[in-house]
Amino acid sequence: MLASTPKTSKSRNVAVTLAVVLVNAILHSGIYLFLRDTNLPSVLYALLAIIWGVLGVYSIYWSFNWAVEQYPDIWKRRIQPFIFVGPAALLLGWLLLIPTLRTLYMSLMDAGTEKFVGLSNYAAIFTNRLLLTALRNNLIWVAFGATACICLGLLIAVLADRSSFEKLAKGIIFMPMAISFVAAGVIWKFIYFYKPGDEQIGLLNAIVVAFGGEPQAFTSMLQPWNNLFLVAILIWMQTGFAMVLFSAALKGVPEDMLEAARIDGAGEIRIFRSIIIPAISGTILSVSTTIVVFTLKIFDVVMVMTGGQYDTEVVATQFYRQFFMYRNAGYGSTLAIVLLIAVIPVIIINLRQFRKQGGF
Amino acid sequence: MKRTRKKTMSKTIVNVVLAFICLIWLIPTVGLLVSSFRPAVDILQTGWWTVFPHRDYVAQSTITLPKETDLRQPIEVNGEVFDDDQLRSGVTALDGSRLIWENRRARTIQVQQPDWKVNSNFTLDNYNGVLTGKTFEIMQSDGTVRAQKGEGLSKAFLNTLVVTIPSTIIPILIATFAAYAFAWLRFPLRRSMFVAVIMMLVVPLQVALIPILKDYTALGLNGSYLGIWIAHTGFGLPLTIYFMYTFISQLPKDLFESAFMDGASNFTIFTRLILPLSVPAIASIGIFQFLWVWNDYLVSLVFIGSQPDVQVMSMRIAAMVGSRGSDWHLLTAAAFVSMLMPLTVFFALQKYFVRGLLGGSVKG
Repeated sequence: MLASTPKTSKSRNVAVTLAVVLVNAILHSGIYLFLRDTNLPSVLYALLAIIWGVLGVYSIYWSFNWAVEQYPDIWKRRIQPFIFVGPAALLLGWLLLIPTLRTLYMSLMDAGTEKFVGLSNYAAIFTNRLLLTALRNNLIWVAFGATACICLGLLIAVLADRSSFEKLAKGIIFMPMAISFVAAGVIWKFIYFYKPGDEQIGLLNAIVVAFGGEPQAFTSMLQPWNNLFLVAILIWMQTGFAMVLFSAALKGVPEDMLEAARIDGAGEIRIFRSIIIPAISGTILSVSTTIVVFTLKIFDVVMVMTGGQYDTEVVATQFYRQFFMYRNAGYGSTLAIVLLIAVIPVIIINLRQFRKQGGF
Repeated sequence: MKRTRKKTMSKTIVNVVLAFICLIWLIPTVGLLVSSFRPAVDILQTGWWTVFPHRDYVAQSTITLPKETDLRQPIEVNGEVFDDDQLRSGVTALDGSRLIWENRRARTIQVQQPDWKVNSNFTLDNYNGVLTGKTFEIMQSDGTVRAQKGEGLSKAFLNTLVVTIPSTIIPILIATFAAYAFAWLRFPLRRSMFVAVIMMLVVPLQVALIPILKDYTALGLNGSYLGIWIAHTGFGLPLTIYFMYTFISQLPKDLFESAFMDGASNFTIFTRLILPLSVPAIASIGIFQFLWVWNDYLVSLVFIGSQPDVQVMSMRIAAMVGSRGSDWHLLTAAAFVSMLMPLTVFFALQKYFVRGLLGGSVKG
């Protein structure tokens, strides 16, 4: 209907729509500046900040959409999708896509990101003892942590399926998922706590002493075994994740198939190996993918438990240290890229899976 | 008959094994919870499990030695002779009782007998200590009193809320808009953009931190709420878009067509149809994003840095672990305060949480 309006009204239209979008932008940046510089009581401030943040985003969509609806249908249809998808695309571009490329570029520069040094950062990473330890430890995390999460998760899912208190058991195993790694760090630091003598307040050493052993400083003395004591925390936290997904997949295995196998005289282990495992292989793959990616990025546990001392450094903590403490942006970026390279196979598996599911 | 008995047997084994695993999984959290209510002096001297009935030495009487007793010489107690080291760690006398210093400086010795015992001292002081910034006094094992400044965690709790609530709502809003466009609108580059989203699902966020930090420094966003909201939004978007897409693309097509016929615009359809219909999906991914942001440490550490006004709880607790490594009465209480919100969300909305997991990872 607007297509037939005369030219003057068209240019007025442009002015009005621009004005609405602009006023919205100015209003929100004004409130932002006010909130940034003001000194309100903290509860009130918190409340205002939350309202401003959430309403602000909604009104950006609203104003852009209002503006585009003032134009002829043909333009509306072309532009509207970009209003819907635009903010997401811009944010992803700014915060994930371009940074990845910039980090890749920085990994080829020296510590102060001034001189181009080619691949020498990469060469340094694979020769520097500290960084090699970090790589080795990441391998330990994935090999022991991820494997244990998956195996234990599967075992518990199978057991829970046949037990008389399934819901309760699953809730208990799953609960650590809701706890932060920092809090879990405190929990486990207390369990591993060590002091010389017979009276122990850390659970693990108390058990060791009760069986007549010498108390040990588990996370700081027993290299390289101390890494495994940190991995235990990951297992405690992530097994619940694997268990829930496996449990759902197990419920999908057809009952009559299992019954038929039982009538044929197959044992439970045989049934598990030749019927259940193939039936849930898709879930096993996606759970393993998620846990491996998660484990590669592990940071908080190591940071809180040992701060990376006693040879427990992993790639993510080294990344943090190189960049923020040693001010070596070159090494920092290179370590981040090494992490990225490590997940490339996972990205490919993900995409293949997506295409198999029909995707688009 | 034989078969049923075998079945009950195996069921019992399953139950016992599972109960054992559950016990192991519960103990760490229970230990933290019990410890957080114990007085500082108790935590440092006895394990938290001593709150359960156990056999131990229980004080019977006190022997006061003469003030001028020389601790470097053998010490005579009730006709037996011990040295200082023995009395420090406790020594068994001939009549079976145990002798140990009660207050070495005041020269008093405690006489103990083995008996059943429960350590049942509980206190809320630890929580007072971490939540307020007030200075308070704690008893130490040698009987002296030490002043200790509180942690003022309640401010950090509030900060965490201010960081977490918008960081949960904003990405879900943006992702739902985008997911609707990916699912039901036609536009150029749609496919490649969506593939990019899928790829970003697994990109480690370490890759993005340094460049974003540079941008933030240039824009003055470091250490501000806005900056941390944007960061969490960006990092949460891939999963949220993917999750909302799988949900929205499965909504029946007729729904939109009839709305379109009636002259509704995309925006109207979105706010009046899609958002209300997506509530279950939004709830489950929302819990996820909420817990993720609430529990985050790395993103806050990088983008909030040392700004004390904006610090979130995970940062404060991690700092406490460094600076107050063996103040277990404070650490355990602080850790439990930080777990309070996620655990409440978890137990209240467990159903949605699980549904979110299932939707995100094992679709199809």
